[in-house]
Amino acid sequence: MNDQDGNGANAPRESPAAHARPVGSGDLAIRLRGVVKRYGTITAVDGLDLDVPMGTCVGLLGPNGAGKSTTMRLLTAQSIADEGEIEVLGYRLPEESKIARAHCGVTPQLDNLDTTLTVEQNLLVFAHLYRIGRGERQEAIERALEMAKLVERRDSRVDKLSGGMRRRLLIARSLVHRPRLVLLDEPTVGLDPQVRQELWALIDALRSEGTTILMSTHYIEEAQRLADTVMIMSHGKAVAAGPPSALVDEHAGQEVLEVYGPPPRLAEVEAEADAAGLRTRRTGTSVAVLGWRADNGPRLDGERRPANLEDVFVLLTGEEIG
Amino acid sequence: MAANATPAPGAGPTVRRLRRLELSALTGVLVREIVNYSSYWRSATFSSTVEPTIYLLAFGFGFGSLVSTIGGLPYVEFVGTGTVATAVLFSSAFPAMFGTFVKYTFQHTYDAILAAPVDTEELVSAEALFIATRAGVYGCVPMLVAIPFGLDPSWGMLLVPPIAWVSGFGWACFGIMIAGFAKSIENFSYIVSAVLTPLFLVAGTFFPIDNLPDWAQLLANLNPLHHCVELVRHAVFGLEGWEDLARLGALVVFGLIVWRVAIYAMTRKLID
Repeated sequence: MNDQDGNGANAPRESPAAHARPVGSGDLAIRLRGVVKRYGTITAVDGLDLDVPMGTCVGLLGPNGAGKSTTMRLLTAQSIADEGEIEVLGYRLPEESKIARAHCGVTPQLDNLDTTLTVEQNLLVFAHLYRIGRGERQEAIERALEMAKLVERRDSRVDKLSGGMRRRLLIARSLVHRPRLVLLDEPTVGLDPQVRQELWALIDALRSEGTTILMSTHYIEEAQRLADTVMIMSHGKAVAAGPPSALVDEHAGQEVLEVYGPPPRLAEVEAEADAAGLRTRRTGTSVAVLGWRADNGPRLDGERRPANLEDVFVLLTGEEIG
Repeated sequence: MAANATPAPGAGPTVRRLRRLELSALTGVLVREIVNYSSYWRSATFSSTVEPTIYLLAFGFGFGSLVSTIGGLPYVEFVGTGTVATAVLFSSAFPAMFGTFVKYTFQHTYDAILAAPVDTEELVSAEALFIATRAGVYGCVPMLVAIPFGLDPSWGMLLVPPIAWVSGFGWACFGIMIAGFAKSIENFSYIVSAVLTPLFLVAGTFFPIDNLPDWAQLLANLNPLHHCVELVRHAVFGLEGWEDLARLGALVVFGLIVWRVAIYAMTRKLID
């Protein structure tokens, strides 16, 4: 995956958790160290380290229940960590959370727009909640309307909007005060592919303006397209972190051979690959043989394709994603 | 914008936090309520005014035909002032209970508000302030309806909105508190049947509590609604000095206690 905007300053950094930085260092928008969050006997977040450098887009990738949403709630102090340190924009949480929240925009996973209000009224309410001064309020609302491409629909009630428009409004609402850091919790969950691509364009525009983004998702493609670095989460822990392409190289190799066939044939392929020391994973109707090359593997017929993050994820966690 | 007012991140070990109960946070939540109110004010006004008016007419004319005066007051005037407290209760405790629960459980509104620079304390306080203000206005309706039926206007009536406001603040916080502790919306039936209905009936609204057994009178004096009823009557027909100050004090103490407990209950619910 190439750095899409070609901006060297936004180039992916090294593995987020690899280097502890000094407390309050200015170039990190988010810094988590050893964060633990338990609900009764369930440990939702289990010793998580996470760095989000300023001006980058970091994706939290993992299946449902991996701890992504809990991590998001910890960052707005709507959940309080049992252990560990959390800093957002240099503010220590939970003590200084309110001032950190003033500079953050949050797009929740669940649509919580006021449905009986108009598009513009929803933005007006958030302009007040985020303390935009009287003189700048209308301008901020106009900017958000344009970003969401809802200028024409400003007087429509939210319950009259399509699902895609509502999502765009939900994101624009979190940007009304020009936050330095945006937390996007599953921004495109449950939307059809065209709408998802519209939202990707919106998020990519935000990214190219230099806004720092932390985005949770269980869509591989979303993480691969938008994130400078990805952290793969499973059972509340980070299992791998790094730029998407580096993760793929490191864990899944360059190419994958996708072999299709009836279940008995797939079992044979798995046995042959295993005998050749190659890793495999089942993808429904096929077996993916990772790191396969004509010169190193058994003779197999299949489709060659580049390895992707999904391969990495399944290899590292043994779970299917998405 | 807010960004300019911020100290540089990582400036030192001192805790940089915004103050508690900030005006701008309260305003933010109030603006949300006011803008929303503009979309549902008709139904809210209808239910908050028609219900107590029906009580006033039903009791005023129903009982009024059997009882001509109570404590020297024509029955319609007795009920017309008494149902102010009913209107306050109906326009504060009930919307607070159901509204809070719906916003928390179904609309997830509070998740969005608490992700903004607003704390639970500010959220609860602003919601209660808004409901109290509405109750202060709606509370006057039965009294105004009673005027054409024979209640004489008096200057003391100007004290009724603030009395209704103070009382409404307490009941709004009470409703938010119940919503904060409730596990499901069905739990509200216990509160309505076992707490609000008795309090509403034994408040001196429809009959004086002087004739009740001693234990019931003692309980009535612990009923904030009773103090609201008495304060409104005294404001309209003549204040009683220290007694009324004590009643006002009781309403203020009730309001302050349930306000803090409501914040506690909602913090427990919203922050995990």
